[in-house]
Amino acid sequence: MSRPAHGPLVADLVAALDPDRVHTAAGDLWLYRHDASNLTGRATAVCFPTSTAEVRACVRAAVRHDTPFVARGSGTGLAGGAVPPEGAVVIATSKMTAVRSVDPVNRTAWVEPGVLNLDLTRHVTAQGLHFAPDPSSQQTCSIGGNVANNSGGPHCLADGVTSAHVLAIEVVLPDGTVTELGGEEPEPRGLDLRGAFVGSEGMFGVATAVCVKLTQNPPDVATMLLDFDDVADGAQLVSDIIAAGIVPAAVEMMDQLCVRAVEAYIEANLPVDAAAVLLIEVVGLPAGVAADVAAIRHLAAARRVGAIRVAADDDERALLWKGRKSAFGAIARIKPNYYLHDTVVPRHRLPEVLEEVYRIVERHDLLVLNVFHAGDGNLHPLLVYDARDDGVAERVQAAGEEIVRVSVAAGGVLSGEHGIGREKRELMPLMFSDIDLAAQAALRDAFDPRRLANPDKVLPTAASCGDVQAIPDGAWV
Amino acid sequence: MSSADNDFAAEVAPSGPVTVTGTATRGGPVADVRIVRPPYGIRATQAAEMTVTCGAGTPVDELCSELEAHGQTVVLPRSGTVGGALAVGHSDIDRLRYGPVRDALLQARYVGASGDLVTIGGPTVKNVSGFDMCRLFVGSVGTLGFLSEVTLRTRPLPRISRWWRGDGEPHELLAQLYRPAAVLWDGAVTWVRLDGAADDLDAQAARFDLVSVDEPPLIPSAGRSSHPPAELVAATRDLEHQFIAEIGVGVVHHAEPVVDQRPVDDAVVELHRRIKQRFDPDGRLNPGRSPLS
Ligand SMILES: Cc1cc2nc3c(=O)[nH]c(=O)nc-3n(C[C@H](O)[C@H](O)[C@H](O)COP(=O)(O)OP(=O)(O)OC[C@H]3O[C@@H](n4cnc5c(N)ncnc54)[C@H](O)[C@@H]3O)c2cc1C
Repeated sequence: MSRPAHGPLVADLVAALDPDRVHTAAGDLWLYRHDASNLTGRATAVCFPTSTAEVRACVRAAVRHDTPFVARGSGTGLAGGAVPPEGAVVIATSKMTAVRSVDPVNRTAWVEPGVLNLDLTRHVTAQGLHFAPDPSSQQTCSIGGNVANNSGGPHCLADGVTSAHVLAIEVVLPDGTVTELGGEEPEPRGLDLRGAFVGSEGMFGVATAVCVKLTQNPPDVATMLLDFDDVADGAQLVSDIIAAGIVPAAVEMMDQLCVRAVEAYIEANLPVDAAAVLLIEVVGLPAGVAADVAAIRHLAAARRVGAIRVAADDDERALLWKGRKSAFGAIARIKPNYYLHDTVVPRHRLPEVLEEVYRIVERHDLLVLNVFHAGDGNLHPLLVYDARDDGVAERVQAAGEEIVRVSVAAGGVLSGEHGIGREKRELMPLMFSDIDLAAQAALRDAFDPRRLANPDKVLPTAASCGDVQAIPDGAWV
Repeated sequence: MSSADNDFAAEVAPSGPVTVTGTATRGGPVADVRIVRPPYGIRATQAAEMTVTCGAGTPVDELCSELEAHGQTVVLPRSGTVGGALAVGHSDIDRLRYGPVRDALLQARYVGASGDLVTIGGPTVKNVSGFDMCRLFVGSVGTLGFLSEVTLRTRPLPRISRWWRGDGEPHELLAQLYRPAAVLWDGAVTWVRLDGAADDLDAQAARFDLVSVDEPPLIPSAGRSSHPPAELVAATRDLEHQFIAEIGVGVVHHAEPVVDQRPVDDAVVELHRRIKQRFDPDGRLNPGRSPLS
C-alpha cells in the first residue's frame, strides 16, 4: 500500500505503533470525521492502539507536535464528543477489548475501554451479574465512551448512571503520564479525581482500563405496560409513584406517534390508540415486587389508566423492551431523518413541558415522537423530518433550541445523558454564569494545561462569554 | 439561592486565611484562623423529585428528621452538619446497598477563594451538563471552596429495615443474599442489615440461618481504614484490637487509631497541586488542610 507523504507527527505515530494501525488515507479519515451527531471535523490520523503503552505513545506524539487528540470508542455519541478537532489524532479504543478480570463475590471487573457495554453484561451473566448502565445503544457503545459521557439508560433510575458504577480508571493523562484515578478501595486518598474524570468527555485524558462495579441480577421482575388517554395523566403518575416512595428499576414513556411507529415495526400488540404508554419495571425479592406492583396499580387507577398489561413471561418482557429499544429503528418508516434531543426537567414539570414541546414542534411545522426516561424526568423529543424539504434544517434547529430553553427554564438541565460535546457548548451559559464556567475551565486546565485533549468540547468558545453564541452548523439543538 | 448565601460569601471575603466549621464533629476548624459558618436551614424538600435543598450548615440529624416526615432519607452519616459530611465524604455503614456520599450531591453553591458564589452541578437527579464538579467537592475538606447551599439526592425509606446475626462466612453471605444494606464482620460474627418487605426479609433470613437482633454491633470509631474489598480478610487478620469490617465495601472501623500508609502516585499528587493552585492560589481556604493527609 502506498502512503502519501506525511509530516513528522505521522512518522512518530507509525514508529510507535504497528504502521497498519495508523490510518491516514483520506477514505479512512472520512469515516472518522463524525460520530452519531450531525457534526463533522477532520483528523490527521486515526490510531488503533492495543495497550496502555501504545495509547501513551499516541498521546505523547500528539503533544510533542502540539496537535490535539481525541479518544474515540464506538462513535455512537450524540453530542459530537468524538468529532475530531481540526487536524487531531484520533485514538480509537476498538482494539482494546479485553475483560482483564472479574471478581464475582465483590462484584467488580477490570475491563479495557473498547469493551462494548452489552458484551460486558454478557461476560458476567453466568455469574448472575450485569453492568447496570444500559444505554439504548448498549449493543454498540463502549465502556470508555460510557465513562467519558457518564452515560445512562432506562435502568439507571434506581441504580444511578455510569459514575455510580465506576470504582477506578487507569488513564493516560493529557501530558502522557499514566496513573490510576480512584481505586478498588472505597475511600481512596485525596480528591475524587475518578469522579471528575467520569463525564469529562475525553478532555481529561484517555481511559485505558476501567474497574466497574457489577450489579446482582434481581430474583424477581415485573414489567408492566400502562396506557393513557391523556399524556399528562401518564406523566403525572410518574411523580405519584416516586412521591409514594417507590423507585422502579425503570419508568419509560412513549407517546402515540412513537407507539404506532413501533407497533408497525415489531407487531407487539401495543395499544396504538392510547395517547401515551408507560413501561414500568419493578425488580427485587418477590414480596417487595408484588407490593410495588399493587401500589402502582392503585396510583394508576387514580390517574385514569386504561389497560395494564403485565408481561406474563420473559418472552413477553423481552418483546415489550424490544418495543422501547427499537423506537429509533421504527421511526425510519415515518421520515428519513431524525434529530434526538436530551434534556431533563423536574418530574413534576413533565406534563407541562411535554405540552410545551408539542406546541413548539407544531409551531415549526415538524413532527415529534417522545420516547424517554420518564422516571428521571429525562426528555428525549425525537424530531423526525426529511432533510430534502426546503428550510427544514433551520426549523429543526430552532425547535431544538427552544426545547432546551424551555427545559432549563422549568428548572431542568441541558443534558441528562448525551453530554455537551460540541453540540451544546454554546448553550452552557443558560445554566452557568461566567464565574461558574471559569471554575469548570480551571478544572480542565488542571488536567490539561496545554488544552490538547479534545479541546473544542463542553466549554463555550469564550468560557467568559456572557451571552449565548451562534450554534455551530449541524448541531442538534 | 438565598440572601444567606450572599451573606456567607461576604463573610468569607476575598482575602486572608479563613476556615469553615459546622458542629466540629469531624475535626473542627483550623486552629488560629478566622472562622466562618455556612448558612443553616432546609430550603426545599421535594419527595417527588427525590431531592432536598438546604444550607450546608444544617445538621444531618435535622435534615433526616425533616425527610422522614416525607418518607425519605439521604445517604449522609448521621452526625455533624451536611457541609461537614460532604467535605469529609466518609460514607455510612449501608454503603453496600445505598452507595457512597459522593453520589448524593447534585448541585452546590460554594464560596470560592475570591469570595464569589459559584454554582456547580444541576438541580435534577440526572444531569451531565458540564464537568462533574460536585464529585470533586465531596471529600475536598473545604480546600477548594466552602459549600453554602447544597441539593442532595434523597431516597425513600425502606418498608422495613432489620438487623440479623449469622455465624456463616461473611463472603458467603455477601455472595448469596440479595442486595443486603450492610454486611458487617468483626473477625468471627457477621451482622447483616436487610431492607425491604417483611416477607422477603424473613425468607432470606430463614434461608441463611440468620438470627434477628435488635441492634447493629457497636461501630468502633478510633480509626478508619479503606481496603479493596477482596483484601479485607487479609487486611484484618493480624489486628490485635477490635474492629468491624464492611464486607463488600472495604471500610474497616478500628478501636485504635490507624495510620494511613497508602502510597499516592506522583501524578495524582501533581493533579492535586494544580487543582489547588487554580481554585485557591493563595492557600487561604482551610490553610494547612489537604485531602491527601
Ligand atoms: C441509537 C442511540 C441510542 C442511544 N441511547 C443512549 C442512552 O440511552 N443513554 C445514553 O446515555 N446515551 C445514549 N446514546 C449516546 C451514546 O451511545 C453514549 O454517549 C455512549 O456512551 C457513547 O459511547 P461510544 O463508545 O460510542 O463513545 P464515542 O461516541 O466514541 O465517544 C463519546 C465521548 O467519549 C470520549 N471517549 C471515548 N472513549 C474514551 C476513552 N477511552 N477515554 C476518554 N474518553 C473517551 C470521546 O472523546 C467522546 O467525547 C445513544 C446513541 C444512539 C446512537
